[in-house]
Amino acid sequence: MTDTTVDGAQGAKPGFLTTAALQKAVAFVVLVALLGFFSLFAPNFATGSNMVGIMQATAVNGVLGVAVTFVIISGGIDLSVGTMMTLTAVVAGIVLTNLGMPLPLGILAAIAAGAFMGAVSGFTIAELKIPPFIATLGMMQIARGLALVFSEAKPIYFNDTPSYQLLSPVSSISAIFPSIEIPNGVMIMFVVAILSSIVLTRTIVGRMIFALGSNEEAARLSGIKVNRWKILTYAICGGISGIAGLIVSSRLNSAQPALGLGYELDAIAAVVIGGTSLSGGRGTVTGTIIGAFIMSVLTNGLRVMGVQEEWKIVVTGVIIIVAVFIDIFLRKKS
Amino acid sequence: MSVQTRILPTRFGGASKGTAKRVDAGKGGKTVAQAAKAAGQSVVELRGIEKSFPGVRALQDVGFDLRAGEVHALMGENGAGKSTLMKIMTGVYQPDAGEILVDGKAVTLRDPQAAQALGISIIHQELFLMNHLSAAQNIFIGREPRRGFGIFVDEAKLKRDAAAIFRRMKVDIDPAAEVGAMTVARQQLVEIAKALSYDARVLVMDEPTSALNETEVEHLFAVIEDLKAHGVGIVYITHKMDEVKRIADRVTVMRDGQYIDTLPAASTPMSTIIQLMVGRELADQHRATGHGTTEEVLRVTGLNRGKAIRNVSLSLHRGEILGIAGLMGAGRTEVARAIFGADPIDSGEIHIHGKACRIGSPADAVARGIAYLSEDRKHFGLVTGMSVRDNVTMASWGRFMQGGFMQDAALGKVAEEYVRKLKVKTPHIHQETRLLSGGNQQKVVISKWLLRDCDILIFDEPTRGIDVGAKAEIYRLLEELAAQGKAVIVISSELPEVLRLSHRIAVMCEGRITGELDGRTATQEDIMTLATQRANAA
Ligand SMILES: Nc1ncnc2c1ncn2[C@@H]1O[C@H](COP(=O)(O)OP(=O)(O)OP(=O)(O)O)[C@@H](O)[C@H]1O
Ligand SMILES: [Mg+2]
Repeated sequence: MTDTTVDGAQGAKPGFLTTAALQKAVAFVVLVALLGFFSLFAPNFATGSNMVGIMQATAVNGVLGVAVTFVIISGGIDLSVGTMMTLTAVVAGIVLTNLGMPLPLGILAAIAAGAFMGAVSGFTIAELKIPPFIATLGMMQIARGLALVFSEAKPIYFNDTPSYQLLSPVSSISAIFPSIEIPNGVMIMFVVAILSSIVLTRTIVGRMIFALGSNEEAARLSGIKVNRWKILTYAICGGISGIAGLIVSSRLNSAQPALGLGYELDAIAAVVIGGTSLSGGRGTVTGTIIGAFIMSVLTNGLRVMGVQEEWKIVVTGVIIIVAVFIDIFLRKKS
Repeated sequence: MSVQTRILPTRFGGASKGTAKRVDAGKGGKTVAQAAKAAGQSVVELRGIEKSFPGVRALQDVGFDLRAGEVHALMGENGAGKSTLMKIMTGVYQPDAGEILVDGKAVTLRDPQAAQALGISIIHQELFLMNHLSAAQNIFIGREPRRGFGIFVDEAKLKRDAAAIFRRMKVDIDPAAEVGAMTVARQQLVEIAKALSYDARVLVMDEPTSALNETEVEHLFAVIEDLKAHGVGIVYITHKMDEVKRIADRVTVMRDGQYIDTLPAASTPMSTIIQLMVGRELADQHRATGHGTTEEVLRVTGLNRGKAIRNVSLSLHRGEILGIAGLMGAGRTEVARAIFGADPIDSGEIHIHGKACRIGSPADAVARGIAYLSEDRKHFGLVTGMSVRDNVTMASWGRFMQGGFMQDAALGKVAEEYVRKLKVKTPHIHQETRLLSGGNQQKVVISKWLLRDCDILIFDEPTRGIDVGAKAEIYRLLEELAAQGKAVIVISSELPEVLRLSHRIAVMCEGRITGELDGRTATQEDIMTLATQRANAA
């Protein structure tokens, strides 16, 4: 059997891997270029305190972005992450402030609440066959409504739990390395990102998520319990949204029940800019984090330069379209 | 996998004795195959299988049996129920009635996994792979070797295991390569590897060669011989008669959802099989006789596109059928796509009816009366979620508008007409095309372009996956079109088809046209000589 003739050109060297890497590299270069540009043209941009500000601003969107990355790679979408974040913050507020429970219980309750609601979304999508867009659009409103109901539409403050500050503004690391003043919220984002990246690339869970997004029918015919993994995917997304809820409420020292709407779009934007394909089966957490940084560097840089705040929204829109264009362009090339 | 190793021995210990024995012998060769066959007993038997879909009685009282170490061809017209029967045997569908026996014991195959656990696997007509995952990841999806508390995938072992299977199949595929970037032939080998990883004793291949070139087919056959020598029973669905003669031991013929007969492949004449399939004798002439007029309809000069098309010039006349032959990858499809405006060209001129024109997009091409039937119907030819009627009429909707409204009644009437003409097997014209059998989908695409009424028709592999009866019907239609004064280009990998249809044959190799032959006198050897005439050898 000679099979050298079967096909020489393709197969051995997968074109896609290099494309994904390339695209991440492009996003990274864009980020560096933006940093360079603002450092040159915006005085006060490249200061330590401003950098910390940028990181602070990235933490929430970054974590939410990682949450939706799971769902988007699996071929779905989750529009509820923004209001889910708010709902989980309110849950933390109720457990810690209203019930006066210790901090770990509050953290656990927030994450569990997110995971549970995520699983509910997953159930309606997998078992009731409701399209992800619709199911999570519904969940977005449900979470938003519940947050308002539970909190009686009033902010819940964490004044009785001073240790709550540990979740975001405090910089524990600066206690050890005084020169590194990275706030805990940002450290949490990095930890979430690294763990998520490992889960997606190394574990069985990640393999299933990629398989679902790549070809669900093929996965089903391969004997995979598609529904179970789908529900788990949305639960993970909800749970990570819970972490975002903790970070945001820690930074504000309060759970703001009216907050949250619109965060899902920023999160999805970060994912897309980071090169994850909205059609599923392809994507990285690193890309999402870079995408989130690109967005906050832009916002911050334009503000420091004195550009009217609202222009940032316009620029973000342009960036999304350019990012997707680069994606399509690179894929055509390979 | 641990599941099977537990289940199988007890099964083997039960009803049957012979099946567990793997025939151990060297590679290939008739003697080995016969030895395996002699040892062969029924591994799987189907009895009285019934299956209906809404509006379609797909199977009626069908029986079938497969022995260890045999290649059992399953033949029948499009929509005869071949794929459905095999989906029932492999747990994809549940029968409405009937029995499935594995090693003589009745079993219920609740899902594909249940079948796989018994060593029964299928490679579907449409490949089902996860394009973004690697070969190794695809093979072991859902059964990954784990480490670290069963959470992490043991990638190294995964690759090693996949490499071992590929070695056993004697193919060199990189286990880490992305499946989506592979050729169809290689994807198929990955599917086979996947089936083997379940310790398959029964392997169903549904039209595995419909997208392969000759070398790839040879390679697949070598793999099949090897499997056979190891006692694997293979069901082989195909519409290609020569393949049946080459590799099958027995042939089962189905017609209209019914079992017709099972015959030894070697001693049964081809004509008998065809007659059983179509239920009548096929009177088909064997060579093209006519020729085109002298009126030039299309002239292509000096067409270039990267390495795919090199200085191609062609002319096509009114009333003519021009065949373009060549091995896969010779650039035939690329030329068609360039003429149709689907790909940009580097240089070259296209004249239609003597006038130079620039075709920048398929819409331009259609406006100038060029139709192109793509070789890949799923991606380019068919909107699978839409009805038969809408697909047939899609390219001609303009004609069926009145005051901004679609004339539904008229649409329905023409759709009915084509369904009848091409014998499209569908319960009604409102059926979604994804529910049709593979060959019937192809007929729908053909209808679409026949209805469009273009002057120049380019058919790329028009009879892929189409049964003999319908093939003859399509040949007749193409001839009729030419006789009506249309100009037709047929691209085909099947030499008999090119010879059967073409008035003139252009042969391509490595992007160039290496010669032109008179369709009435050319032989297969003539074509093959030109098709392998590489630039540096000339
Ligand atoms: N899921 C389904 N829903 C409705 N009808 C179906 C379905 N699957 C198959 N059919 C119908 O059952 C009949 C048998 O189809 P099947 O796919 O088994 O044919 P086949 O013999 O494999 O044909 P081909 O050679 O064209 O692949 C066809 O009429 C087809 O339209
Ligand atoms: Mg079929």
